Amino acid sequence: MTTRLVHHDADVLVIGGGLAGCWAAITAAQGGARVIVAEKGRCGTSGVAAAAGPGHWWVPPEAGRREDAIARRMAAAQGLGDAPWMARIIDRTFRTLPGIASHYRYVPDDEGRIRHHALRGPEYLRALREKALAAGAIVLDHSPALELLRHADGSIAGARGVSRQGAGGDWVVRAGATILATGGCGFRSHLLGGANNTGDGLLMAVEAGAVLSGMEFSAFFTVVPAGTTMARTMIYSFARYYDGQGRLLDRPQGPHDTAFLAEALARGPVFCDLSATPEDVRRQLPQISPNVTLTFRRLGIDPFQDRFPVSLVGEGTIRGVGGVRVADADAGAGVEGLFVVGDVASREPVTGAISGGGAVNAAWALSSGCIAAEAALARVRRQGRRADTPAEGTGGAGLAQTRGTADAAEIERMVQAEMLSPMKQYFRTEATLSAARDRLDSGWSALPHAGLAGTPHARARRRELAALTATARWSTASALARHDSLGLHRRADAIAAATLPAHIIAGGVETIWTEIVPAGEQA
Amino acid sequence: MIELVLAARCTGCNDCVAACPRDVFDPAPDGPPRIARQADCQTCFLCELYCREDALYVHPDAGRAQPQDAAAIEASGLLGEYRRASGWDEWAEDEALRNQHWRMEDVFRRARGA
Ligand SMILES: Cc1cc2nc3c(=O)[nH]c(=O)nc-3n(C[C@H](O)[C@H](O)[C@H](O)COP(=O)(O)OP(=O)(O)OC[C@H]3O[C@@H](n4cnc5c(N)ncnc54)[C@H](O)[C@@H]3O)c2cc1C
Ligand code: SF4
Ligand code: SF4
Repeated sequence: MTTRLVHHDADVLVIGGGLAGCWAAITAAQGGARVIVAEKGRCGTSGVAAAAGPGHWWVPPEAGRREDAIARRMAAAQGLGDAPWMARIIDRTFRTLPGIASHYRYVPDDEGRIRHHALRGPEYLRALREKALAAGAIVLDHSPALELLRHADGSIAGARGVSRQGAGGDWVVRAGATILATGGCGFRSHLLGGANNTGDGLLMAVEAGAVLSGMEFSAFFTVVPAGTTMARTMIYSFARYYDGQGRLLDRPQGPHDTAFLAEALARGPVFCDLSATPEDVRRQLPQISPNVTLTFRRLGIDPFQDRFPVSLVGEGTIRGVGGVRVADADAGAGVEGLFVVGDVASREPVTGAISGGGAVNAAWALSSGCIAAEAALARVRRQGRRADTPAEGTGGAGLAQTRGTADAAEIERMVQAEMLSPMKQYFRTEATLSAARDRLDSGWSALPHAGLAGTPHARARRRELAALTATARWSTASALARHDSLGLHRRADAIAAATLPAHIIAGGVETIWTEIVPAGEQA
Repeated sequence: MIELVLAARCTGCNDCVAACPRDVFDPAPDGPPRIARQADCQTCFLCELYCREDALYVHPDAGRAQPQDAAAIEASGLLGEYRRASGWDEWAEDEALRNQHWRMEDVFRRARGA
């Protein structure tokens, strides 16, 4: 059997067409580059922003306001923040986001003002796709990337992947610069919009020589109506929670503000009461978040009258923090020709050890996308596309590499049993983490390869499993390396000790390593 | 998970095949698309927004298939609710269905008592 191979040349290849990838594509294409976006799903509906409604960090350039906002955020970042990066994303978001009005229909608020920073997901991502196409970007939908390509001098030369629809087959894109925008890794939980975000970009970047940072900040769980995906949080700001006996649960505030639910759910069912929601908010909800209302309607629940059961859905690095360490002010990955934008990058520079969900992550996705696109374009102008220089694949696990023959579904379940358990993740100890590390290591050695997986779907799935497992290993190793609690990383066995702020850097594919790097120093 | 493609409404335009980020549907030569990979569905409801005929129904249960009765769903009034509440397509000029997403930050602020 021969596989169809389609070859493309581009100045800039963007892998992932979510929030960050679209902004990167728009910027590069408007700058005159030939841009190709390779998206696993559908650019415009894929990624976690498409089914949500991202608010962006929005601070007008008025006397002292930005300085104040940055000072507050630097304090919250507990020594891991980077004020120049914060200033960069505030400024970039403020200047750039209103331009989406060419394709997004803003509706004025009650005072007749446009709030440029608050966009509903499906309309926003549809607008981003259309704006990217209008700027001349070429979008390959249903085309997951499997591995990066590299020149003999170590610089990145593009990527290779498969097409899931149409004639199918393989694709190769040779490009002068490559931007990874594959999102975070939610370990295939039932997080709204998160199923394509399996950590592929983390694996591709590490194979190509990049390092990770902050992977221990991956303990993040969101409340949803039991068994659903609906991780939209607004309405739960009015919630009271009860156990099976009808006892009100105490709700502490803090970075782990669903840890009390994890403990209660470990004992039995938990019920949510939204009767404190004001009347006007109840009426407005269908036009604020239509998918929240429809979820309740279809379950036959009146959320403002009935107490309904809830569960927790894991987000991993998505509304966690960790990812590829950003090496410079261009969002470079520390590997020539490779950039990392959005959730695939560690967001420690802009949010430190706490979640950037709610405003910072979207501003980071937009801004890092635009900044990387400009740097990518400048690079291509300097060096050309180099489409004729020979290049080799960098990928291993889950591709052709010979491996074990374990059942893929079994390995995925094992990874999830570690990473999607709120109790294990919120109450980490040396003992639980070491046990997880050993199980994940044996899962890794038993990973099936793609040799016998014929269809593009099956091949992409093998690679996703490798990425999920690798991401779980890096997260676990990083959590073992940080002995104290900080932000989203909580060690139930922490011995309180005053330590200087430091990043946990991780890397390696077959053998995982970690290193503690004092904040402000390069790895 | 996606449960229904209603043949009586579907025009076979295949927009849902292209729009689904999880590639759950396969086009069929003559007739509605097939739900070919139901277990891959991520319960994001987005296919419903892209179906102008309101011929799709996604059940909120993300973990288990919940087979639905087509006639009962047709009668329930639930079809097309997402597209309508979102003010898409023919609903775009309906004042009552205007996008009020901008209220979200105000609602959060009120809940915090600020
Ligand atoms: C429910 C929810 C609500 C949120 N609300 C807010 C908010 O109000 N404010 C805020 O700041 N942030 C919010 N966030 C976070 C915000 O949505 C993300 O930070 C943002 O979407 C990141 O953009 P991204 O492009 O990096 O990732 P995504 O938007 O997830 O896009 C990643 C894309 O990469 C694709 N991809 C993955 N692997 C491959 C591959 N191998 N080949 C090709 N393509 C691939 C995926 O299909 C996907 O389309 C929220 C997140 C969630 C889950
Ligand atoms: S989008 Fe609707 S009408 Fe078009 S093929 Fe899909 S189900 Fe049928
Ligand atoms: S709910 Fe989402 S994943 Fe499921 S079929 Fe519809 S678009 Fe596809």
